[in-house]
Amino acid sequence: MTGWQALASPRFLVSSWPWRAYLYLFTSIPVGVVTICLLLGAAVTSALLSPIVIGILLLPLFPMFGVVIGWAERWRAGLMLIDGIKSPHAAMPVALSLRDKLKFRRREQASMRSLGYGFVLGVLVWPFSAAFAGLSATILGTTILAPIIADTDEMGMGPWTLNTAWEGLLFTVTFGPVFYAVSSYLLGVLAAAEASLAKAMLGPREDELQRNVAELRRSRLDLVDAFETERARIERHLHDGVQQRLVGLTMTLGLAELDLPEGEGRRLVVKAHSEAEAALADLREAVRGIHPRVLIDLGLEAAIREVADRSPMPVTVSMILDSRLPPPIEAAAYFVVSEALSNVAKHAQATTCQVAGRREGQLLIITITDDGIGGATVGAGTGLTGLVTRLDALGGTLVVDSPPGGPTRLRMECPCQLGD
Amino acid sequence: MPTRRLSIVLAEDSLLLREGLASILDRAGHEVRDSVGDGDTLLAVVRKEPPDLVITDVRMPPGHSDEGLRAAAAIRAEFPSIGILVLSQYVADAYLSSLLESTTGGIGYLLKDRVGHVAEFLESLDRVASGGTVVDPEVVRQLLARRRNDGPLSALTPRELEVLALMAEGRVNGAIAEQLVVSEAAVRKHVGNIFAKLQLDDGLDRRVSAVLTYLRG
Repeated sequence: MTGWQALASPRFLVSSWPWRAYLYLFTSIPVGVVTICLLLGAAVTSALLSPIVIGILLLPLFPMFGVVIGWAERWRAGLMLIDGIKSPHAAMPVALSLRDKLKFRRREQASMRSLGYGFVLGVLVWPFSAAFAGLSATILGTTILAPIIADTDEMGMGPWTLNTAWEGLLFTVTFGPVFYAVSSYLLGVLAAAEASLAKAMLGPREDELQRNVAELRRSRLDLVDAFETERARIERHLHDGVQQRLVGLTMTLGLAELDLPEGEGRRLVVKAHSEAEAALADLREAVRGIHPRVLIDLGLEAAIREVADRSPMPVTVSMILDSRLPPPIEAAAYFVVSEALSNVAKHAQATTCQVAGRREGQLLIITITDDGIGGATVGAGTGLTGLVTRLDALGGTLVVDSPPGGPTRLRMECPCQLGD
Repeated sequence: MPTRRLSIVLAEDSLLLREGLASILDRAGHEVRDSVGDGDTLLAVVRKEPPDLVITDVRMPPGHSDEGLRAAAAIRAEFPSIGILVLSQYVADAYLSSLLESTTGGIGYLLKDRVGHVAEFLESLDRVASGGTVVDPEVVRQLLARRRNDGPLSALTPRELEVLALMAEGRVNGAIAEQLVVSEAAVRKHVGNIFAKLQLDDGLDRRVSAVLTYLRG
């Protein structure tokens, strides 16, 4: 709710808004006075000290005044704007020294805008507010107190002269409501206009809002990217390190089998050999879950074909992709298909499944359709939830269409490029 | 012990595995003529003096992607008579198509784990050296899962497919009979049927040709 909306409401006069307007206008006086004194003081100090350079060094402080004024005024504007004014300042990059933080804020355009607002507040806004709200409050107060004042003293109110308490009371009940109504609307308009001015100068501009959204997107994308790089690193480590050693071990054990005579010792070595092989198979399975090698080497289509081959039911794959996609996108798409197929195998009671992928303009679209019993959702502990988050960071979506009785259709869409 | 002493060039970037392989081959009485750690050196060594057999890893420096496969393809193009055995840390049938582009000469594609089964590994080696095809059972399993219904193999009975799968793994009739618990005569009959049903290339060993048809789906 804003002051303007309150003015349009039929209940304006009996709401708290006229008093909010008074409060807003009156509080502008101390803030405005302090602001203008501060600014003038700082300007005079700088001017006086400029021959000895210190004054010039003080100049960078001015935008910081803007930051403080903006902060205080945005808070005060809460009186007239229930939702308040959002800060126009960008999120501070992490791990900056205090000096760099100050520098960052100082260079923002929003800080200079706030400084400009401080000047307007100090020179125009508060004298205006003080004059109107002061006059109005005085008249209103006198009108209310008219019976008491007129009782003891002769009282001139405009064209009328009031001599008795009864005349005063008559004046209060006739003139009072009219004046309250007219003055409340006038002050309401003034306060709402001041709040709008504050919002325009202290609030975020459209491009600043968009910049914040872009920053958020970028940082999420960075996260996904870092995640991907880390997985690839782990995969490489397991593949080139642990797995090689296990293969070496099976070779040595194989050689030992040749040398050993038939007997208990040889039986144990054969056992050790098959255990090492089982460990290798497990490791291979784990690596596939982390970051499949085929995906890195041969791309999305080959990797999806491979995961389709491992599925217990027949899966038809038709992928039309003319080029490789950025690794995080390939990985997200691969894990969506992989998870979807394992869900189909576990829950759908399907006899066949189709995976179709293609590029439409800048969009990668993959659909997974089965002829099972339907009734699937993304929530319900399907493991797809995490993948939806991952897709979301890439700007993609996953839609599940699964009426009870089937068929189930998953449709994944994802931009083919990272970033905007 | 091997039927003949083979001269072998070994390409594997992990020192651990290279030495393990070398000692296995050495003990089996083969000559490891050179062992190298990357694809380019492999090509250079083979060009200098062609061996009987090349054993190569798929991934090697500098790119750690498919250097071994590319070197294998180059060797196959220049020296069709050299048997090539590709070892891989993991298998994917997607890699197979590039290996099977040519139809002459022995070719093998095995998981590294198989090396530990020394006797079987040495048998595969001999088969590749004498022009046969050896494909890892894991790859065969993957291919079987993918088998389409409209290919040339649709004419085969399930039993004939089984026999063909075992042929693809490089087994001889006797071994196939043993595996399927049937007589060798029965296997021969199946093999005859397979040859008849598939339209095979003339001028190639029929067995190799049948296996290639199988692997290409």
